[in-house]
Amino acid sequence: MSQNRQIRDVVFVDGVRTPFGRAGEKGIYASTRADDLVVKCIRELMRRNPSLPPERIDEVAIAATTQTGDQGLTIGRTAALLAGLPQSVPGFAIDRMCAGAMTAVTTTASGIGFGAYDVVIAGGVEHMGHHPMGAGSDPNPRFMSERIVDPAALNMGNTAENLHDRFPAITKDRTDAYAVASQNKLAAAYAKDQIQPDLVPVATLKPEQGWTLNTVDEPPRPGTTVADLAALKTPFRAHGRVTAGNAAGLNDGATVALLASAETAKELGLPVKMRLVTYAFAGVAPEVMGIGPVPATEKALKLAGLSIGDIGLFEINEAFAVQVLSFLDHYGIADDDPRVNRYGGAIAVGHPLASSGVRLMTQLARQFQEDPSVRYGLTTMCIGLGMGATVIWENPHFNATTTSATSTTEGSAA
Amino acid sequence: MSAQDFHQLAALFPDEVITHSHVKDIALPGVDGAPSAGTFALITLDNALDHRRPSTLGPNTLVELGTALQEQRERAKRGEIIGVGVTGKPYFLVAGADLSAVKSLKDRQSGLWMAQLGHDVYSTLNDLGVPSFVFINGLALGGGLEIALNANYRTVSTGAGALGLPEAFLGLVPGWGGVYLLPRLIGPSNAVTVMLENALSNNRTLSGPAAYKLGIADALFEPADFLEQSLTWAARVLAGEEVSRPNAVSEPLSEENSAAWDAAVERAKKFVEAKTSNAAPAPARVIELLEEGKHFTKAQSFAAEDEALADLMATPQFRDTVYAFLDLVQKRAKRPAGAPDAKLARPVTKVGVVGAGMMAGQFALLFARQLKVPVVMTDIDAARVDKGVGYVHGEVDKLLAKGRLSQDAANRTKALVTGSVSKEAFADADFVIEAVFEELNVKKAVFAEVEAIVSPECILATNTSSLSVTAMAADLQHPERLVGFHFFNPVAVMPLLEIVRAPKTDDAALATAFATAKALRKTAVLVKDAAAFVVNRVLLRLMAEVSAAFDEGTDAHVADNALRPMGLPMTPFTLLAMVGIPVAQHVTESLHAAFGERFHVSANQQALIDAGIKGLWETAPDGSVSIPASTLALLSFGNSPSTEQELLLKTQDALAEEIGLMLAEGVVAGPEDIDLCMILGAGWPMHLGGITPYLDRVGASERVNGKLFHPAA
Repeated sequence: MSQNRQIRDVVFVDGVRTPFGRAGEKGIYASTRADDLVVKCIRELMRRNPSLPPERIDEVAIAATTQTGDQGLTIGRTAALLAGLPQSVPGFAIDRMCAGAMTAVTTTASGIGFGAYDVVIAGGVEHMGHHPMGAGSDPNPRFMSERIVDPAALNMGNTAENLHDRFPAITKDRTDAYAVASQNKLAAAYAKDQIQPDLVPVATLKPEQGWTLNTVDEPPRPGTTVADLAALKTPFRAHGRVTAGNAAGLNDGATVALLASAETAKELGLPVKMRLVTYAFAGVAPEVMGIGPVPATEKALKLAGLSIGDIGLFEINEAFAVQVLSFLDHYGIADDDPRVNRYGGAIAVGHPLASSGVRLMTQLARQFQEDPSVRYGLTTMCIGLGMGATVIWENPHFNATTTSATSTTEGSAA
Repeated sequence: MSAQDFHQLAALFPDEVITHSHVKDIALPGVDGAPSAGTFALITLDNALDHRRPSTLGPNTLVELGTALQEQRERAKRGEIIGVGVTGKPYFLVAGADLSAVKSLKDRQSGLWMAQLGHDVYSTLNDLGVPSFVFINGLALGGGLEIALNANYRTVSTGAGALGLPEAFLGLVPGWGGVYLLPRLIGPSNAVTVMLENALSNNRTLSGPAAYKLGIADALFEPADFLEQSLTWAARVLAGEEVSRPNAVSEPLSEENSAAWDAAVERAKKFVEAKTSNAAPAPARVIELLEEGKHFTKAQSFAAEDEALADLMATPQFRDTVYAFLDLVQKRAKRPAGAPDAKLARPVTKVGVVGAGMMAGQFALLFARQLKVPVVMTDIDAARVDKGVGYVHGEVDKLLAKGRLSQDAANRTKALVTGSVSKEAFADADFVIEAVFEELNVKKAVFAEVEAIVSPECILATNTSSLSVTAMAADLQHPERLVGFHFFNPVAVMPLLEIVRAPKTDDAALATAFATAKALRKTAVLVKDAAAFVVNRVLLRLMAEVSAAFDEGTDAHVADNALRPMGLPMTPFTLLAMVGIPVAQHVTESLHAAFGERFHVSANQQALIDAGIKGLWETAPDGSVSIPASTLALLSFGNSPSTEQELLLKTQDALAEEIGLMLAEGVVAGPEDIDLCMILGAGWPMHLGGITPYLDRVGASERVNGKLFHPAA
C-alpha cells in the first residue's frame, strides 16, 4: 500500500493529429489503415519530444468507436508496437463513441493523478470510411420494446432535429450562419498557420495514382455561404433543419496527446501546455444527446469551484450546429462569441468520431499559448446515446496583467 | 540512338507487365514548421500487382519513366518544381530489369538499345535542373538499385529487404551506371564487395541498414513513416543541409584512393578466379569496366557499359543463367514436376529416426527445427542413443551461441529431440526415416521391425543413395508407404531433396513426402527408383571419366584441371576427397553393377582405400599441389594419356550420354529436373544452365544423342 498518497497535478504536454480526410472511396485515406494513422501520430509525438525516453511511457490508450478490423485487436497495444515503442510499454483500447479520445485522456490522467502513471499517450482514431457509424452493432431489442431509448436516438441526425424541436429559438438560419462562421474561422486559422504546426504529414498510396503526401485537412469548404447552405437537403426529416452543411461530416483521422504528472514533465524537461483542472461526464436523454455538454459542464464547473464566467476559451465539438447553439444559449453566450471555437470547429474540419477530443485539446493548448490573458478553458463534446463530456484546463502561460487580443470584441462575457 | 529506336524496341514487347510511373505533386513540408518550400514531383513506380509480383523494368516501363522524367525537366525549367523523387510500391523500389524480356532480345542491336535506353532514362535523373532523390522503400536489385545510384540523393528504409547488384551473377554487368557510380559513391573496395563478392556468393544482398552503412544511401529511416521522413529530409537538403559521404571517392583520385582502387581490382580478380575459374564471361567484364573505369569519364564508362551489356546479353551464359535462375530455381523448384495433389498429404506430427549416428543426428535436428514436432532417435544401445541425442543438443547450443536460435527456441528444439533403445517409441509417429548402414538387408530388417509397431499409414522413408527402393519395399506389408528421401550433405545446408517413387508408392505417401520436404524448406525433385537417382549418377559418371583417364596415364594435373572451363565449384579430385574415396567407390560399384562399364571402377582408388589414403593431393606451403611419392608408389597407370581438351570433350560426351539415358529411362520428367538437381544438389553453376544447356551449346548432345536437350522453340 502506498503511504502518504497525494493527488498529483496532470499536465498536457503536447498533441498532434493527422490531417482529417473525407470518408469514402474518394477520401484521402481510402487505402490507408486506421492503425497506421495512429502510428504516424505517436511517432511524430515522440520526435517532437526527444527528451522523453520511450520506455518512460506507462500507458498507451487509444479510442475507437468501432473496434474491429484495422481498429481492432486492442488498438492501443497494436499501435504502440507498430510505432516502435518498447515492448515494455502497455496499451489498451477505449470507447465512449465521440468522446473516445477525451475519455482516453481523462482515464489515463486519473491514473497519473492517482500515481499509477508518470507519462501516458492518449488519443483516438476513427476511419469512418472503413467503419461506417454503427456498422456491425446489434442494439438490444429491449431498447425498443421497453422504450428505453427512442429508436430515433440511434441516428445522430434525428437527435439533432429533436434538439431543434426542444429549442425553437435555434432556427435553421442560425445554425447555417454558425456553420459558415466555422468554415471562415478555420480558413483564417489556416491562413495564420495555427492549424498546420500540429498536423502530422501522412503519405498515402492509392491504386493507379502513386504516393502522395497529405499535409492539410480534406473536409473544409472555405468560402461556403449561407446561401449555399440554404440549398442543401435535410436528410433526416422532410423540411427539417439539419443538413450536411451545418453538421460535421463523415471523416477519417487520428489524434494523440502526451500527458504527464507535473513533476515528471519537469524532470524530463517536457513542455507544459495545459494543466488539467477537472473533468466530468453526464448523461441525458439519448434522443437529445446534443444537450449533453450542458450537464457535463455544470458538473465540471462545480467540481472545479468555477463558474462559467471564469472560462475564457471554449473548444466545443461541432457535431451539429444546433448542439453548439443549445450550449451557448444555455449559458447566454452569443453565437459569434470570440471565446468559442476560435479556429472553427468540426463542421469545417471534420469529426472522425473517437479522435476529436484530443483535437479540441491541442487547439485549446495553442490558444492558451497565444492568449495569456486567459486562465481557464474548457473542452466539451456531446456523445451518442445521450452523454456529455467536459474537461476544464488551466493556462500555464496565464498572466493576469495581459489583456486578451480579442477582449474588445463585443459579446465577450469574460 | 533515338527515341524512335526506343519505341521500336518497346514495341517488341507488347505483353510486358509495365511498371508505371505515377507522378504526384506534393507541397513539400517546410523545414521545422516553416511554410512549404514549393512543389516536389514524386514518381511512384508501380506495376499495379500485389506484393507477389515485384515491379520490373522492361523497355515500355523505361520509356514511360523516361517520358515522366523529361516532363519534370521541362517543369523544372519553368520553375514549377523544386525537386523530383522516385519511390516504389510497398516492399519494392524495383526488382531490376525484366529478365524474361531481356532474355528474349533477338539480336545484339536490340541489346544495345536496351542498354542505351536505361542510360538515357537514368541519366535524366542527374540532369533535371533540380535535385533528384530516390527513396529506396524496399527491394532494389540491379537496374532497380541503379535508378537510385543515378539520382543526386538517396534515402533507404530499415525495412528494405534486399539491395544489391546481382548482374555478375546473372551474366551481365551493372551497366546502367552502377559500375561507374558505385565505386565513386562508396569506394572501390566496397563496390567490389557489392558487385562481385556478394553477387557471386549465392547472390547475397544487403539490408537497408547495411546499404546505408556502406554509403549507398545518405539517410536511413524506419518503415512506419519512411516516405514522410524521407520527404522531410529532402526538404532539409533542398534548404541547404549538408549531406556527408565519408566513403565517396572524388576525382581526380588521390594517391591513396588510386592505390585502393588498384587493390580492389586485384582483390576482385583473385576472388573471381577462385570462385568461377573464370568460366563465365560476366565477372571479368565487371572487373574490366572497374579497372579501365578508374580513368573513365562518365560518358566513356556509360558507352563501355552499353557495349558490355550488348555483348553479354547475346552470350549463352546469360541466357542459360536466366533459364537456371528464373525458370528453374524461381519457378520449377516451387512446383515440382510430377508431385501429386498436395491435398492428399497426411499431417506429420511426430517423426522417428532409425539410427543415432552422424546422418541421423543431422536429420533429427532438421526435422525438429523445421517441423517443430517430436523426433525420436533409436539405436541398438543406450550409449549410441545418448551420443546421438547429445550431438543434436550440442548443435542446438551452437546455434544458440551464434544467436541463430533464441533461448526459448533452443529449449523447445532440445525438448523435441529424444532417444530410445526401443522402436516402440515410434508407435504414434507419422513419418519414420532410416539412417542405418547402406546395405539392403539391414534396411529391410529395420523397416520390417518398424512396420510391426507403426500405423499402416505411417510414412517409411529411406535415405539410401544407391540401393533399390523397390527392393526395400518388396517384403513390406504396406509397400505403398515407402518413399526414398535422399538428402545431400551437409543436410542443413544443401537445398535439394530427391524424392524417390518406387513402383508401389501411392499418391498419399508421395504427397506427404513432398509436403514434408516443403516444410523442411528443401526443394524436392521427383525421381524414379533408378540406381543413384540423379545427382550422384551424373557426378559419378563425370568422376568415372576423370578417374579412367587418370588410370590410363593422364597426368594428375591435366586430369584434375581439364574441366576448369566448366567452372564447377571444385575439381574432381577435391570433390573425391571431400565425399570420401570409399563412399565414392561404393556408389560407383553400385552403378557399375547396374549400368556396366560406363561407370569405371578404379583400381587405383581401391589401392588408395586399402592404404587408408584420404586424398590424392598434398598441398605445399606455397599453395601448389602434388601427389606425394608414397602415394604414387601405390598406383599404376596405363600408357594412353589424354590432353585436357580430349578429357573435357570425353566428359561432355559422357554426361550427354548418361543424361540422355536417364531421360529415356524416365528417371525424371525432363532435362530441367536434371539441371535443377545439379544446381541445388551439386552447386553446379547457373551459367551452365545446370548442365544440359551447356551440353547443347558445346555440341555434346548432338554428337552423342543426335539431338539437343532443349530444341529451339
